[in-house]
Amino acid sequence: MASRASKLPTPSAPRRLRVPFRTALLIWWCIWLALLLFFFSGVQFSIGPIQIRTIVLNTNFIAEFWPFISRGVLMTLQLALVSIVCASTLALLAALARLSRVAPLNSLAGLYISLMRGTPLFLQFLFIYAALPRVGLIFDAFTSAAIALSLNYGAYMSEIFRAGIQAVGRGQTEAAYALGMTPWQTMRRIVLPQAFRIITPDIGNQFIAMQKDTSLASAIGLGELMQLARQAGNPRQAFFEALIVAALWYWLLTIVFSFGQSLLEKRMARSDRHQEQG
Amino acid sequence: MAAPIVQVEHLYKRFGELEVLKGVNLAVAPREVLCLIGRSGSGKSTLLRCINFLEEPDAGTISVAGITVPAGERSGAHKRHLRELRERVGMVFQQFNLFPHKTVLENLIEAPLVVKRQQRESAVALAEALLAQVGLADKRDVYPSTLSGGQQQRVAIARALAMQPQVMLFDEPTSALDPELTGEVLEVMKNLARNGMTMLVVTHEMGFAREVADRVIFMDGGLFVEEGTPEQCLENPRDERTRRFLERVL
Ligand SMILES: Nc1ncnc2c1ncn2[C@@H]1O[C@H](COP(=O)(O)OP(=O)(O)OP(=O)(O)O)[C@@H](O)[C@H]1O
Ligand SMILES: [Mg+2]
Repeated sequence: MASRASKLPTPSAPRRLRVPFRTALLIWWCIWLALLLFFFSGVQFSIGPIQIRTIVLNTNFIAEFWPFISRGVLMTLQLALVSIVCASTLALLAALARLSRVAPLNSLAGLYISLMRGTPLFLQFLFIYAALPRVGLIFDAFTSAAIALSLNYGAYMSEIFRAGIQAVGRGQTEAAYALGMTPWQTMRRIVLPQAFRIITPDIGNQFIAMQKDTSLASAIGLGELMQLARQAGNPRQAFFEALIVAALWYWLLTIVFSFGQSLLEKRMARSDRHQEQG
Repeated sequence: MAAPIVQVEHLYKRFGELEVLKGVNLAVAPREVLCLIGRSGSGKSTLLRCINFLEEPDAGTISVAGITVPAGERSGAHKRHLRELRERVGMVFQQFNLFPHKTVLENLIEAPLVVKRQQRESAVALAEALLAQVGLADKRDVYPSTLSGGQQQRVAIARALAMQPQVMLFDEPTSALDPELTGEVLEVMKNLARNGMTMLVVTHEMGFAREVADRVIFMDGGLFVEEGTPEQCLENPRDERTRRFLERVL
């Protein structure tokens, strides 16, 4: 049968060139990026009656001020790191309170979460920095920003923590109780370690989002990336240039963190596999 | 009969409208092996889970090895009592419930370290001895997910034994296993029985009950409707419900 099949004339169907999808993706990425760059290239030309004018950037401004603006990166990172740590702690406490049968704690956490999710983050920044001094609570810009971010993200993340804790099976708690462990020992040693594993990707996403929301701190004068961009750009009418420098930094940080996150997830997946193979 | 090591008196438990235990009385002698059989929903699991307070009974008293805990209290002293009782009672679940983020050895030493505050060396030594006893000495450093169901259940038995309990509760320990894996778990349990462990076993394995049990209790509708030696209970049941149940399982 095979020999007969080989004797059949192979129909010479027109072969289309098949580009592997990954290669196609790469090529298109380059095309879109080139187009994006082109918009800011300053090139001007006309095709017939159509005038093409791209944006002219003040390269002198960029050369002169990009080190100044870049100094804000450190502040941005500091703020994001401090806030994610505080927010996670707060989120864990709020999640435990929400899962507890202690009415005052449970309802307090509920109120906190509702309030923080029900008002804009920007308003919270201003409230803490500008309104609280009226009652004698005065915080500097960094502290205010860290408090606002921690409170706000803590509320959102508490729901993540709660879901993670609930995702750990009831049987785990029962097994620990049957061995004589206290509820707190069970939570700390059996449930939370498993819950953290489940929610690590979500916490990573929150961190990436928060790293960009630090820019709201520019409204209360904290010398972070966004604020320095505005300080440099506004008086010189160099909005495009200043914002582009800041945008590139945010973008770069996000890419780096996303990459770190995917490495972490791969490592966790590998250690899961490792567990399965012994 | 020697002074009972487990004593259950007037135990009542309801879930909402459903009355699951209707005044159960039970005394188990030291070294006795007791098999609980009965239809699905007859309250076997609920009875076991009330004995170590995984379910809080509505009324009644549980005593294990000299610790008596009445139902329906909320005080801190009650909770401490209850944990002392649980330390003396090992439990093996249908679904194993091993801690997946800990190795086999860590599963075994967790409670001795945390609850009993044992020295690490002595806890590890005991754990290794128990793993050898259930035939899994070579698995001490792997994670539970790498083990077969039968191996996981044997680890779960060893984990319960690591607390050196005076009574072991088994809730259908082989029901989640492939038929070819039940033998190895039953073998471990038989060994345990031979070595004098007091055991309460909910099971559908009539062969095991016939061979190992000192006493068989048939439960129906939240009450004991028949009890006796395996011969009496399994060969010549007097109660109609027992007879019908046995016809179906055998
Ligand atoms: N947590 C619970 N909430 C509500 N109802 C429950 C709960 N646990 C058990 N029940 C009900 O109580 C009854 C007795 O359950 P139990 O698990 O004790 O039965 P069982 O004899 O162990 O049955 P099986 O052989 O299926 O395991 C069942 O009708 C069950 O649906
Ligand atoms: Mg059951």
